[in-house]
Amino acid sequence: MTAVAHRARGRAGSATSGAGRLAAALLSPTFVVLGLVVGYPLVAALRESVFRDGTDLDESGFVVEGSRFVGVDNYTAIFVGESAARFWNAFGNTTVFTVITVTLEVLIGVGMALVMHHAIRWRGIVRASILVPWAVPTAVSALLWRWIFQADGVANAMIGQQILWTTEGWQAKFAVILADVWKTAPFVGLLVLAGLQIIPNDVYEAARVDGASPWRQFWQITLPLVKPALLVAVLFRVLDALRMFDLPFVLIGSRKESVETLSMVAFDEAASLRFGPAAAYATILFVYVAVTALVFVRLLGADVIGAAREKARK
Amino acid sequence: MGVRTTAWRATAALGVAVLLASCGSGGDGGGEQTGGALEGRGEVTFATGKDTSGNMQKLVDEWNASHANEQVRIIELPESADAQRQQMVQNAQVKSDAYTILNLDVVWTAEFAANRWVVELPADQFDLGKFLQPAVKTAQYRDKLYAAPVYSDGGLLYYRKDLLDAAGVKPPKTWAELTAACQAVKATQPAIGCYAGQFEKYEGLTVNFDEAVHSAGGDVVDSTGKPVVDSPEAKAGLDTLVTGFQQGIIPEKAITYKEEEGRRAFQAGELLFHRQWPYQWNLAGKTDGSSQVAGKFDVAPLPGLKGPGSSTLGGHNFAISAFGKNKATALDFIKFFTGESSQRSNLLATSQAPTLASLYDDAELIKQFPYLPTLKESILSAKPRPQAVRYGDVTQAIQEAAYAALTGEKTSDVALKDLQAKLQELLK
Repeated sequence: MTAVAHRARGRAGSATSGAGRLAAALLSPTFVVLGLVVGYPLVAALRESVFRDGTDLDESGFVVEGSRFVGVDNYTAIFVGESAARFWNAFGNTTVFTVITVTLEVLIGVGMALVMHHAIRWRGIVRASILVPWAVPTAVSALLWRWIFQADGVANAMIGQQILWTTEGWQAKFAVILADVWKTAPFVGLLVLAGLQIIPNDVYEAARVDGASPWRQFWQITLPLVKPALLVAVLFRVLDALRMFDLPFVLIGSRKESVETLSMVAFDEAASLRFGPAAAYATILFVYVAVTALVFVRLLGADVIGAAREKARK
Repeated sequence: MGVRTTAWRATAALGVAVLLASCGSGGDGGGEQTGGALEGRGEVTFATGKDTSGNMQKLVDEWNASHANEQVRIIELPESADAQRQQMVQNAQVKSDAYTILNLDVVWTAEFAANRWVVELPADQFDLGKFLQPAVKTAQYRDKLYAAPVYSDGGLLYYRKDLLDAAGVKPPKTWAELTAACQAVKATQPAIGCYAGQFEKYEGLTVNFDEAVHSAGGDVVDSTGKPVVDSPEAKAGLDTLVTGFQQGIIPEKAITYKEEEGRRAFQAGELLFHRQWPYQWNLAGKTDGSSQVAGKFDVAPLPGLKGPGSSTLGGHNFAISAFGKNKATALDFIKFFTGESSQRSNLLATSQAPTLASLYDDAELIKQFPYLPTLKESILSAKPRPQAVRYGDVTQAIQEAAYAALTGEKTSDVALKDLQAKLQELLK
């Protein structure tokens, strides 16, 4: 054991010229795997999105086989023509859901983290109970909420009115937002809690000695110091929310305008065996997610990889 | 075409899945036809939805016991019909021989036949005259047999016999009689809802819309397959439902009902009339406290606008995959499964409607399932849903239009005009 460790350390220290080559050789399996599971499917999906299957029938009623190259037709069909309204509606829904849910989740999540951080008694129970919603699979929690929001459900019994939550309209959006916030606020809470725990206690002690109010402590110590963790949490949530699919699909149903997201449109096209347009929708969603992530990292300086590297170095 | 394209397509679909993280589909649109004679004997697989009663396994065991070299293995697919279809389609697109026998919903026949995913069956080897004819039609595409009818299904009008008897009215045959009967009952039971079906935006809405149109003397598609939903009859049919909602004959919350929500409402005694499949009979008749209406209900054929109504056909057919091996064994197994003793055992175990006409007249079975004569009547006058190769698009167009009309987003005139235009494009 020690001999091996010695030799390894010795080589790393002396032979810097061979180090690069060795690193490349050691990393190559990772690149191969990444290329296979990420690169190739991505390229294949891009390729698929410029083809379209024949849907015409021949004389005896059989489908004329074969797909043909249609260039950017699948993409232009999304932006002009009759599917444009559906696309922009889904685009709007996706964006609205993302903005509202992430905002609420950050507010509630930070609150949860503070509670978890400061809970003195029953600390374990408080933390576990806050994290339960996050542990429930989304499809299962969607079923649970559907049961709550059905016509004779708990929600209507509590407010004493009959609102048909799963029908088209603002109420369906509200149901999805509520269920999503319930489920993922603990996730934000968890990441923020991790950030809170690395703030040294002496900073607070110094602030108390200087007579800073708890409110001021929060704004000037807690928030700035927890910001890196918070930004990572927000970035994860934004990327996740943009791909939202299972919650509205199970809770409200497919083809409901009020809650249809981009993922649902792509899924629906694929289920109708139109793989070209489906791949085009998926690609557009991919670009949307990628651009959002980029803008987010640039504007807010959410240094995801850098922060991790920094931490590792320490 | 060929293997390379198939591989490309499969990975492309994987790409979609990666991008979406929640979706998967495969695929290639076709291939060479494998048709012709059904040859080869040996092991076969049988892809089906969930075997909830365990009776499929029982019948398969029975078959396996006497066919040592031609064993059948059940492959259970997901419970949801959409997921089943998707798995079968994916398998066909990569030309996999994993599934030999396919348990197809009646509305999938056209799609699977037109894409050459299933082979034509020798009609002369099935005694088709003994089957319920509407069920046989669902197994045909362009007058050729592509599947064998195994399960059928038809809608029934469940009604509260106790309340109708107390009010002194007979089960209604028309929509007007139904509303009149409801008014009579409401004199003593003001809180009861008159009527409900399946009106949530899903396949059940297509079923209920088609029934309303057919029961008013209209058609969704005519005998040549052309859409005709802009007719006055079709409008009258849709309007029964639209005005039903407006006047409160159908409770407002029924717009969220699928089969199960409606069944719960009927079993809780909230509904006087309920359009439902036969499966509700056993569940609503349970005396363990789960149903408040046990022993208080009966069934009648669906009401129409001017006379008896017309149900939409449900059910399942068995077909043979074009890419499966040992097709001769598969054919024999299908014959065994559609035979009288298998169908009888299926009915007894699952209460799913058989496709053999004789079972509906069997005194012993009627004793156990008193609704059989009504169900036979329902199925014999039933109409299929449009037999379209792109059925998924057709049913979505119908759901879109019907839902818009029922929720008041569009008038029935506009909804049907839009639907006609859409169907013309899809069915041309």
